[in-house]
Amino acid sequence: MVRIFEKLGHNVAFDQALVCCGQPAFNSGCWREAREVATHVVQRLQTTDVVVVPSGSCGAMIRVFYSELFKNEPELEAAASVAKKTFELSEFLVDQLGVTSLGSRFPAKVTFHDGCHGFRELHVKQQPRQLLEQVKDLTLIEMEDQTSCCGFGGTFAVKFPMISTAMGEGKCASALGTEADFLVSNDSSCLMHLQGLLSRKKEKLKTIHLADVLASF
Amino acid sequence: MPSIFAKQFKERSTKLSADLQHRFWIQKSLKGYEKNREEKRNRFQNWEAARQSAAETKWEAVNHLDQYLIEFTDKIGARGTKLFWASTAREAREYILNLAQEKNARTIIKSKTMTSEEIHLNEALAGAGYEVIESDLGEFIVQLRREVPYHLVFPAMHLTRGEISHLFHEKLGSAETDSPEELTMIVRRKMRAQYCKADIGISGANFAIAETGMISITENEGNARLTTALPKVHVALLGIEKVLPKLNDLALFLPMLATAGAGQQITAYNSFIGGPRQSDEVDGPEEFHIVLLDNRRTELLADPEQRDALHCIRCGACLNVCPIFRNVGGQSYGTTYQGPIGSVITPHLRGLQDWKHLSSASSLCGACTEVCPVKIDLHHHLLHNRRNAAALESGRWERRAFRVFAFLVNRQALFSGVTMICRFFQSFHRLISGTKADPLRAWTATREVPMIAPQSFREYWKSRQK
Repeated sequence: MVRIFEKLGHNVAFDQALVCCGQPAFNSGCWREAREVATHVVQRLQTTDVVVVPSGSCGAMIRVFYSELFKNEPELEAAASVAKKTFELSEFLVDQLGVTSLGSRFPAKVTFHDGCHGFRELHVKQQPRQLLEQVKDLTLIEMEDQTSCCGFGGTFAVKFPMISTAMGEGKCASALGTEADFLVSNDSSCLMHLQGLLSRKKEKLKTIHLADVLASF
Repeated sequence: MPSIFAKQFKERSTKLSADLQHRFWIQKSLKGYEKNREEKRNRFQNWEAARQSAAETKWEAVNHLDQYLIEFTDKIGARGTKLFWASTAREAREYILNLAQEKNARTIIKSKTMTSEEIHLNEALAGAGYEVIESDLGEFIVQLRREVPYHLVFPAMHLTRGEISHLFHEKLGSAETDSPEELTMIVRRKMRAQYCKADIGISGANFAIAETGMISITENEGNARLTTALPKVHVALLGIEKVLPKLNDLALFLPMLATAGAGQQITAYNSFIGGPRQSDEVDGPEEFHIVLLDNRRTELLADPEQRDALHCIRCGACLNVCPIFRNVGGQSYGTTYQGPIGSVITPHLRGLQDWKHLSSASSLCGACTEVCPVKIDLHHHLLHNRRNAAALESGRWERRAFRVFAFLVNRQALFSGVTMICRFFQSFHRLISGTKADPLRAWTATREVPMIAPQSFREYWKSRQK
């Protein structure tokens, strides 16, 4: 992602003090602990122009769920100002910068998995596809049930491992059905889950993040 | 300590989600539904605008429930309908049991009503010695199998034709057959006699119209029509949230329910009932009773955050698209209402402590919210339930773990140190990965753990700055 923005001539800053947006605690119902983490994030990002996240899930946490997390809290306004300037990578490139072609080349057949948070909370759907279409030598093959969940779901994956696995197996079957070489997504957590299942089954299909495909120049 | 219901859910859901045949059949039948739903949805000029309008109408009805219920009961009562307000399931059961006793009833016929499942009416009536028959084909099948409905709209969707034929052969003595028409005829022949024999007919209602004082019942088999018209006494049992302001609202709600629920443009039979047989009418029941059930719905009404869960028209669309439901099946939940809507409302109707696990059993993918025709914020309500559950005493272990988590991620140096330690131990973990000795077995039993990158982004960034 850094390489993409530098290629486009932007200044990229990374705040080393930031580790997590707080979503794991938030999704587990521990909102006080999530607020502790999120407050730190909100404070550190106050002066940044734009926050770009290579994950629909973390992006949705900041943009959609911070307002819920800080409802009736003094930090609400500060959180809302960060939420407004936070974007998922592909939506930022396409909608904010108006960029679809990065001069990337990725000679392979790929299929794309929509992470649920990016798709349903941030409504990111066309943007990654518009970017992939412009990648040289890349063929995008859509899978069946594109928008069905990969089954990760954070702590859900270990609280209910069999349900999560069953969902992931369904997703893998759809992806394998395309006979693609790579399964691309804009969410690393989905990819971690799917790669975990694919590796266990010794499948050749490899997962890769959208940013890595786009940064192949 | 997980509740007994949580343990049951975990056990059943683990077993069924691993069952490849179950997975195959359920996904196959829901694929068919999806195709039909898509097609019928496209016949709406603007489905999204229709959803918005339906949500607004339900919002109006639910937020002025007191007024609309009084209007409804005044008008339907004026035509001689007897009304009973049941605060609890028990009160509703007792009213119906007393009525059956008063009428010297022996046989009771029912059309599909999930509300009666909610109050466990069949068990109560059968326990008191009445013969109770479900007239809806799917409900009749699960009744013969002594099971609870698998799905709130398709009660027997988990069974194949062969299994149903076998069941009929065993219980009704019919010849085995592969033809759906013949299977339907077997039940039809049995049912016709039952309608004439029954002393009481019990139904639910899909909507209650305040403006005209009528209930609306929608169905595909005509069984509800016979159940409510032939016996001398008709009892309709409905939750207080079923009320809609105007008759005209049904112009939207009937096709919407049919589309979202079954992928149909409109259901085959739509009946309106406004009272018992009137003096100038030649048919219909002599007595008509309405039991309006609260059963903790008012507690949901008192919760502004989740009040919109009372918008639910029980179409089942959220179940159909839910990847959890599709893998664990409807009977794993142990609830009257399965799937996302059940996971949201059951903690309110039956207690958070016992039913909080259902809100955790979700990846929060949001497919339910996306499809809900009345725009209930389903998957966000699961988050609300999780928050409320974490505040319970039983949530304290998870809270402690997340206190450590918050401490760690807010201290970057400490976090990096922990990452380095994990990186060191990861090579040893591979020796036990996936075995019974593995503390990460919940993940590794079916999935590989990703290797922590030899150089983290943070380390890469640092090296660049030099």
